[in-house]
Amino acid sequence: MTEATGGIEMEEGQSGIVKKFMFVNRKAPYGTVYALEGLEVVLISAAFDQDVSMAFLDDGVYQLAKGQHTKAIDVKNFSPTYRALEGYDIEKLYVEKESLEARGLSQENLLVPVEVLNSKEIAALMADQDVVISF
Amino acid sequence: MLNIVNKSPFEKTTLESCLRVAQARPNGSALLLIEDAVYAATKGNAVEGRIRDAMKTVPVYALWPDLEARGMQDRVIEGVKLVDYGGFVDLAAEHNTIQSWL
Amino acid sequence: MKFGILVSEGPYTHQAADTAYQFVKAALEKGHQIHRVFFYHDGVNNSTKLTEPPQDDRHIVNRWSKLAQEHNIDLVVCVAAALRRGIRDDILAPGFRISGLGQLVESGIQADRLVTFGD
Repeated sequence: MTEATGGIEMEEGQSGIVKKFMFVNRKAPYGTVYALEGLEVVLISAAFDQDVSMAFLDDGVYQLAKGQHTKAIDVKNFSPTYRALEGYDIEKLYVEKESLEARGLSQENLLVPVEVLNSKEIAALMADQDVVISF
Repeated sequence: MLNIVNKSPFEKTTLESCLRVAQARPNGSALLLIEDAVYAATKGNAVEGRIRDAMKTVPVYALWPDLEARGMQDRVIEGVKLVDYGGFVDLAAEHNTIQSWL
Repeated sequence: MKFGILVSEGPYTHQAADTAYQFVKAALEKGHQIHRVFFYHDGVNNSTKLTEPPQDDRHIVNRWSKLAQEHNIDLVVCVAAALRRGIRDDILAPGFRISGLGQLVESGIQADRLVTFGD
């Protein structure tokens, strides 16, 4: 864990500061590496005891689509990781309603429970963050 | 919140996504156009109306060195505020949250 | 003010590395501090000393190294992203170091602002 966290021991990482981190995902999986490497940052952030959330907008909602099978393209299927997030205490997953609807998707098509919010609610959440990292 | 967009509006929908969210809650929001997004700050094209509409509620800035590099310096929409890299830094310092719409 | 910087694209292909550099330079000129520049995704390619651009082009890698040397800036390359792309310790340009993703999260915690430059 110390290697992954950059040699920062957890006691050191716990500087007592708790910031609101939002990871914004706007890209589809597999076509580019951003979704996968973005998820790696999210998992590491869990070790720092911060107030972490993830937002899925635009093509980012495709990351959460059920039924991903990647054997034939020989790329690792990382979609089960979203279901493991809860075990890392990352429970705030927000999906923008407008993005889902534009893609003909609904909550039933997603592989994890999420909170669906409209653009205004998403905007309010974003404005309330200390750190927004988008992939 | 400072929203940064770096894609041409003719190639990607990033600007539209950013504005959809920023305009839904314009309080304290600003838009900075950099790199290929500076084309959105210019007149006489298909998205000019979109930027003019956005400017009613969200201040719009464009990075001058990127406009100049692309030969767009004489086409900037009135009301778009021009900043250099120092001005970019000031905007980043003035806003509590910064989001790059990648 | 203390800025953390995230660079997510490689040099030359995308302008992100150039914009990030200009931002950092301007921030320093204004008396701000740079907590760290973190290189992720293809951004790790900013760190290799094997980079040899034509003479009439800017040397993006050396530019980072010089900035690090003159202003004591921490240039951190993500280990997982680097190894995936063939970047190792022995080919790092001066001023860069390889470390974990925790360094990015820590920069978000310690810096007043985190600014991302990517695609």
